[in-house]
Amino acid sequence: MAAPKKAAASAEHDKINGGSPPEFTREQELKALRDMLLIRRFEEKAGQLYGMGAIGGFCHLYIGQEAVVVGMQMALKQGDQVITGYRDHGHMLATGMDANGVMAELTGRRGGYSKGKGGSMHMFSKEKHFYGGHGIVGAQVSLGTGLAFANNYRSNGNVSVAYFGDGAANQGQVYESFNMAELWKLPVIYVIENNRYAMGTSVSRASAQQDFSKRGASFNIPGKQVDGMDVRAVKAAGDEAAAWCRAGKGPFILEMQTYRYRGHSMSDPAKYRTREEVEKVRHDQDPIEQVRNRLLAAKVSEADLKAIDAEVRDIVNASADFAQHDPEPDAAELWTDVYR
Amino acid sequence: MPIQVLMPALSPTMEKGNLAKWLKKEGETIKSGDVIAEIETDKATMEVEATDEGTLGKILIAEGTADVPVNTPIATILVDGESAADLAKAPAPAAKAAESAPPAAAKAEAPAPKAAPAPQAVAEPDPEVPAGTEMITQTIREALRDAMAEEMRRDPDVFVMGEEVAEYQGAYKVTQGLLQEFGARRVIDTPITEHGFAGVGVGAAMTGLKPVVEFMTFNFAMQAIDQIINSAAKTLYMSGGQMGCSIVFRGPNGAAARVAAQHSQDYSSWYSNVPGLKVVAPFSAADYKGLLKAAIRDPNPVIFLENEVLYGHTGEVPKLDDFIVPIGKARIVRSGSHVSIISWSNGMTYALKAADELAKEGIEAEVIDLRTLRPMDTETIINSVKKTGRAVTVEEGWAQSGVGAEIAARIMENAFDYLDAPVARVSGKDVPMPYAANLEKLALPSAAEVVEAAKAVCYR
Repeated sequence: MAAPKKAAASAEHDKINGGSPPEFTREQELKALRDMLLIRRFEEKAGQLYGMGAIGGFCHLYIGQEAVVVGMQMALKQGDQVITGYRDHGHMLATGMDANGVMAELTGRRGGYSKGKGGSMHMFSKEKHFYGGHGIVGAQVSLGTGLAFANNYRSNGNVSVAYFGDGAANQGQVYESFNMAELWKLPVIYVIENNRYAMGTSVSRASAQQDFSKRGASFNIPGKQVDGMDVRAVKAAGDEAAAWCRAGKGPFILEMQTYRYRGHSMSDPAKYRTREEVEKVRHDQDPIEQVRNRLLAAKVSEADLKAIDAEVRDIVNASADFAQHDPEPDAAELWTDVYR
Repeated sequence: MPIQVLMPALSPTMEKGNLAKWLKKEGETIKSGDVIAEIETDKATMEVEATDEGTLGKILIAEGTADVPVNTPIATILVDGESAADLAKAPAPAAKAAESAPPAAAKAEAPAPKAAPAPQAVAEPDPEVPAGTEMITQTIREALRDAMAEEMRRDPDVFVMGEEVAEYQGAYKVTQGLLQEFGARRVIDTPITEHGFAGVGVGAAMTGLKPVVEFMTFNFAMQAIDQIINSAAKTLYMSGGQMGCSIVFRGPNGAAARVAAQHSQDYSSWYSNVPGLKVVAPFSAADYKGLLKAAIRDPNPVIFLENEVLYGHTGEVPKLDDFIVPIGKARIVRSGSHVSIISWSNGMTYALKAADELAKEGIEAEVIDLRTLRPMDTETIINSVKKTGRAVTVEEGWAQSGVGAEIAARIMENAFDYLDAPVARVSGKDVPMPYAANLEKLALPSAAEVVEAAKAVCYR
């Protein structure tokens, strides 16, 4: 069983980034707080609805990892694409997808992003350039490389961000994709969300090379380990990677060192790590608390922070309400969208 | 006795080639290993090496001669003090002169039809071709290339990617000339990574580009089948219609000749099982062209199953600016009233040959070329069976869970009362493809088996 690798977050910065990441402006801090809180409260609500039987099947919660998608999104520009695996609710909310549509998809209702036909792992938004939501571990890496191929083909200056976990990082097609991306200098940021466990298998039990930033080394793809619990560090790394891609230099790998507080899915045996390990990360490194504490230290009032809490709770409660009252898809929908 | 140098085969499916150049003159001394000539096909060029020492006696096929059949004597070599006068003597029996030439017997055993391009056997006019249309004769390989080139000229979002599609000009020369016309941005050589580049193609297609992904053969697409099915076929549905992909996966499918189990599988039934995919498997040159153009324009993922044995076959292709054959329509290529024979792709070779044989015995077979396996043109099948009351399916793939089984089920569901006999299936045998020439022939269907099955359902 892997012991927590990390000391306090600040010490981690020094090791990874050679110093503290650039400070955020107050507006950036507030936006990061609000977006991360939205994901956390949304996921907590999803967990509750699952417990009530309103959500079926698999439900992979993103709680603990919020700084990764929120920080990365702050480094992107209009038209950049995002693609990820099955733990995807946070990514969708970060791209600006509507909480009602996401929650209603979780409950399998007609107002869901996929009209109730995709579920937790399969949602898309052309408008927000979110390309899924993929249930096959590692598939999104080749697909995300294809998004970058399209950007390159069109010379549109956009980058694609392909998120995958420490588990998916061992799939063969990841390396096939790395090879093509570097060979063709495709503008793709590979974000490896290392939350230390592939389902219940710790990195040390599954990976010969545990420094995921080096996984592109044999293809000459630069990589960086990032404190994925510090949204500022994530954004700074995202900026650097995006600039690299946009300069036509090819792909970039970011290993985000992060942590998932909840189980792999809803029915998790919780036997593969200790309660103490989880508690320690929550206590020492929580991405939301880090921002909140900085804001309080910068004399933002409790009332202002409470207002953000309230706004987020309203959005989440409304989404839960919508998702439980929206009708199920019409039976005729069974036969639609097979072909166009 | 003078030794004959025979026209070698460059590949298991080669039937003829051009004698491009002689590098030795008559009377010149030859050592074993000397390159004596260059031959070429539309796929490849190769040097012919001498395997005997002596003197080049007589050149039998002049430089520049086209379409020399494999195993034709092209020169004689005089050995051990023989002189030109010895040339009159009977040649040495089938001396193996070129390293690359397989034994004559092996070629004779090859399962491929040797000549007779399909369209000549077609009795029914093609409804897709207006009467009076000028036709040009071209190989299926050329028809495919023209289809891609025309669509690439028409739509800048269409590109071709795959192994050896660009500089090598296609492993089977199907993409010949595309790199020269469209450049490396749109004709893209990939590394040998089917899983990865299939995913890259699907990802690009999700953004609206229209990739034509070539698999060197569909045998290798098994490495990529997750991306084809889980990503390409299902995304439109999983996204509630928001995001799909217009993509063509194409390449040779099924048995070629003498390439054994791992390179000879027919995937017709595999892909035709999957909702969200369209599956096309043409036979005639015109259909290859018209259906590939339709596939490239189709907004859905299309599996385009070609057949290596057919690539070199010629057929009549309509000379039209924009010849499209609609996906999902079968074609009655020969009409008859006694039995319906239903097939597609190279299965049609056996079906048409069998129909000729059956006609000699007074059985008029109606031969249907399905052309598209999904969506399947059930109506054409059923209307035919209602007329004939008997049906035989012909496929190179395995029978269990095969396309023939599906056709039989549809006939039972829709025309049970019209049947005068149970539907018969002719298929590849239920074994991995063997290498030995005689066993390979046994593993594949044959016209004789189709004749036998047709007679059986006619109780003859």
